[in-house]
Amino acid sequence: MANNSSHTTEYVVLARVLLLLMFLTILTISITSYHLGAFTVAITLLIAGTKGYLVLSYFMHLKYESLLLRILVGMVFVLFALIIVITFIDYAYR
Amino acid sequence: MSNGTSKIEYVSYLEHQGKYEGIFSWIFATDHKRIGLLYMYAIITFFFIGAILGLLMKIELIAPGETIMKPQVYNGVFTLHGILMIFMVVIPGLSAVFGNFFLPILIGAKDVSFPKLNRFSWWIFIAGSIMAVASQLMKDGPPDTGWTFYAPYSTSTGTNVIMATAAAFVLGFSSILTGLNFIVTIHQMRAPGMKFFNMPLFPWALYATAWIQLLATPIIGITLLMLIGERLFAIGFFDPTLGGDPLLFQHLFWIYSHPAVYVMILPAMGVITEIIPTFCQKQIYGYKAIAISSLAIAGVGFLVWGHHMYTSGMSENARWFFSLLTFIVAVPSAIKVFNWISTMYKGSIDVKPPFLYALSFIFLFIIGGTTGLLLGSVATNVQVHDTSFVVAHFHYIVFGGMGFAFFAAIHYWFPKMYGKMYDYKRANIAWGIIFLGFNLLYFPQFIIGIEGMPRRYFDYPIQFQTSQIISSIGGFILVSGLILMVFNLIQGARKGKLAPANPWNGSTLEWQIPSPPSLENFDEEPVIKKNPYYYK
Ligand code: HEM
Ligand SMILES: [Cu+2]
Repeated sequence: MANNSSHTTEYVVLARVLLLLMFLTILTISITSYHLGAFTVAITLLIAGTKGYLVLSYFMHLKYESLLLRILVGMVFVLFALIIVITFIDYAYR
Repeated sequence: MSNGTSKIEYVSYLEHQGKYEGIFSWIFATDHKRIGLLYMYAIITFFFIGAILGLLMKIELIAPGETIMKPQVYNGVFTLHGILMIFMVVIPGLSAVFGNFFLPILIGAKDVSFPKLNRFSWWIFIAGSIMAVASQLMKDGPPDTGWTFYAPYSTSTGTNVIMATAAAFVLGFSSILTGLNFIVTIHQMRAPGMKFFNMPLFPWALYATAWIQLLATPIIGITLLMLIGERLFAIGFFDPTLGGDPLLFQHLFWIYSHPAVYVMILPAMGVITEIIPTFCQKQIYGYKAIAISSLAIAGVGFLVWGHHMYTSGMSENARWFFSLLTFIVAVPSAIKVFNWISTMYKGSIDVKPPFLYALSFIFLFIIGGTTGLLLGSVATNVQVHDTSFVVAHFHYIVFGGMGFAFFAAIHYWFPKMYGKMYDYKRANIAWGIIFLGFNLLYFPQFIIGIEGMPRRYFDYPIQFQTSQIISSIGGFILVSGLILMVFNLIQGARKGKLAPANPWNGSTLEWQIPSPPSLENFDEEPVIKKNPYYYK
């Protein structure tokens, strides 16, 4: 939260992010009407991930935090992904 | 004790008069030191209850067949023993007691970042503990699943599984909040000049631990909720007759519970890392390697949970992969052992009680760790899984490791906590009895484990009896040593000689302030200019 130069610009940014999030939500829903098979899940997860990223960095102010903190939060997601992948080494080959 | 020059009148935290009086000055305390002591009294009480349950099992096992209890009672006893010891003693143990008491002091702070949250964590801990006790008394009878609550047995047994898992769920919140508090404290409250890389190594260990507590504990929370949901509404998560997958429970359980073993052992390693330089009067060897290996253990420790499931029917690929990862996680643990031993090399060693406990920690941890490797490789694991070999392995690690580190920590920091000193000679004798009893109790279990003695059985064929008797005798010796140790400490706290501020000539910050410390620890905020382990 460096320099609070102008609150209005900040609100504008937040409003834009909000719009983007709503657009992505609509996208998530509309994507189901196309028959993409297994890719449907992958794409919706990708969109959900993007939304999470936006919320974390703008609404939760991570974008304005120190690099160390951002790396730490990033590592948590890497860890989470690793745990899921490793679990599926069992499920995929059992 | 106080250094006459201070501007503020010195009053120790034990005498400080706050808003509340008498017992309420403890229950409502927000002082990290008082909270640490509260945890300590509770945890030692639970430990003794757990130890008595252990002794009851050892009496039952003195001879084949029924000796003092029925099989179902035995199932209840080992379950409660496990729940008490794991969730209420060794997981909170070092970080809630010595972490609370010494983390702020070691980093030059007045308190943790969120003192009221800290008090709340302690209340939750007590609430969860009361629930665990309640699970024993309610009408369906004590849970009999073992501390692991494996499905589908846990979804079908008639005993009080819901209350016991709810207790573990609540206890988990205490752990999460303590972890969160410590992470923020370490990021925000370090004294001026204290960079991450001149923080003492116990705070480093607590930092790595706190991340595990914060990230892993919610997984056991949700898993236990799923289990409760399964029992109440037959949802079909785990029960194969409902279309569920029992291995899913084991995965989720161990995704938490393997990292949890590092919640137990990392702070223990941190304690040992503080004690060794002090009693060798020598700079710690390989500071950075120790700090970073704590993080490495915490990180890789998240990825090895499957080594508890080799025989469960998990896929072949998962088995060799988990085995590989398990071998990798042993490396940073070994790094620490080398560092401790190198620190001792050419030091001026002073064998006082804390150092004796620290030395025996290293000895027992090596036995526990190397037998862990035997368990970690799939082929040998199949032979000894679910035998008393596993019981011996984790007692060497958890009791020989975390337990001995706890005793080391008490003997090390006792003069700081109470401003009094215990009797050295009696402490040494107690140590000897404990060490002897411990090895007699657990070592035979390696041998009969390899020979095929299953764990969690109340009966056995006659061929194991000699070892079982040795083991039971060891149990009695161990418990008598523990009683002597605690008696000696209580005597010390009540009638011991006054302790100086720095009885061991330690170099870290806690030794630079009076014993016992004042409410805010430091008269003036300390400014850190040098590394924490500096000896002439
Ligand atoms: C460092 C601290 C350690 C702690 C606190 C610890 C604790 C435990 C515990 C509590 C169990 C019993 C699980 C059960 O109820 O079945 C266990 C089992 C096991 N441990 Fe450790 N352990 C530690 C280190 C290691 C190391 C260094 C290794 C290997 C490199 C290892 C490998 C294993 C394996 C493979 C099992 C599963 C055995 C089986 O059930 O077949 N452990 N450990
Ligand atoms: Cu494990």
